[in-house]
Amino acid sequence: MTIKDADASGYVLGLADDALIYAQRLGEWVARAPELEEDMALANVALDLLGQARALLAHVGRLDGTGRSEDDLAMFRDERDFRCVHLLEQPVDDFGVEMARMLTFATYQSHLYAALRTCADDVVAGVAAKAVKECAYHRDHAEQWVLRLGDGTEASHARMQAGLETLAPYVEELFDDDEASVDAAGAGLGVLPSSLRHAVLADIATVVGRASLAMPEPPTWHSRGGRAGIHSEAMGPLLAQMQHIARSHPGATW
Amino acid sequence: MPARRSTVTELREAIAAIPDPEVPVVTIEDLGILRDVAADEDTGHVVVTITPTYSGCPAMAAISDYVAYIAARHGWQARIDTVLEPAWTTDWLSEKGREALRRFGIAPPRRREGGVAVPLGRHTVACPRCGSTDTEELAHFGSTACKAMRRCRVCREPFDEFKEL
Ligand SMILES: [Zn+2]
Repeated sequence: MTIKDADASGYVLGLADDALIYAQRLGEWVARAPELEEDMALANVALDLLGQARALLAHVGRLDGTGRSEDDLAMFRDERDFRCVHLLEQPVDDFGVEMARMLTFATYQSHLYAALRTCADDVVAGVAAKAVKECAYHRDHAEQWVLRLGDGTEASHARMQAGLETLAPYVEELFDDDEASVDAAGAGLGVLPSSLRHAVLADIATVVGRASLAMPEPPTWHSRGGRAGIHSEAMGPLLAQMQHIARSHPGATW
Repeated sequence: MPARRSTVTELREAIAAIPDPEVPVVTIEDLGILRDVAADEDTGHVVVTITPTYSGCPAMAAISDYVAYIAARHGWQARIDTVLEPAWTTDWLSEKGREALRRFGIAPPRRREGGVAVPLGRHTVACPRCGSTDTEELAHFGSTACKAMRRCRVCREPFDEFKEL
């Protein structure tokens, strides 16, 4: 079975935008994380994600036939053309929430990339084989913090628990089967998001349990639409900051 | 004025001797970043294949530029291909590179058993200064993507550890 290149590029764009937008959010911690080592850690994780995004975006520009470069795609697309989930575009200024988000996303990416290593797209498989090793470090880092905060003082426990509760409505969107993913999975080029749900949530629950925290109650609503380009109010300001230099000085080099 | 073209062996040696921009005591060959040098003597073109340590390694642009510069100085026109597959692993670090890292004060990565996933968590790392294995991790992530920060409990010196990958 084959699918239109446009469909494959849409799926890869989802992978790329998740990595790109989370890299942007993690970069915002630099110089205001709880300690210097954490400034460096979050910047390092962001750098890995940015590297993954660059390789994937360059591939999208080839797949969709437009020849757009990674920079064209990152800096000159508008909000409706981004395919990231809402979880990653949310502004977070609480370290407990951020560690909950990193644990969630790194666990998700670990399972996703592990499966993509054998997909039919050689470039995506190559990125996945490399990234899966990096994600193991991200996941371990978040896990150490969740354990330390959850099993720490009353205050750290409460804030870590609040972090999990805050993010709960944004987690399910990772596992929604959007059209591009269904097509890509059907053609052996991608992974069906819903097929990852059980393993990812089980891994997160194990860490949460060891940290003497509780998995949040199922939320009464959950975010939707990111893979279709429909974003939350947080996305506009994020893009304005990320893109403004490139747009103010198009073609600038240094 | 274009330089007179060197032999393929000379070109290969010159490219292999390029230092890593972030850890200049080791060469790109020692690190396993340099994957291939394919020179065509008829055309004077050379295709150099490199691979990043980490996906986001910011040194790749500098390395590419340096390779092109060294090739040009030897009278060759270079194209640099960056490949991700097979994924770089610290197992590709040469013995010479490991020893150079240790002398520089960076604990070299352990060798992994083939095919096993990166085992994280507590492991033994010898202090590159005094050799004691009584060391502890201070931070998972260090000054570059490929390093963690540790401290020796015996000589009290902090040091970088090249993370196994
Ligand atoms: Zn020592």
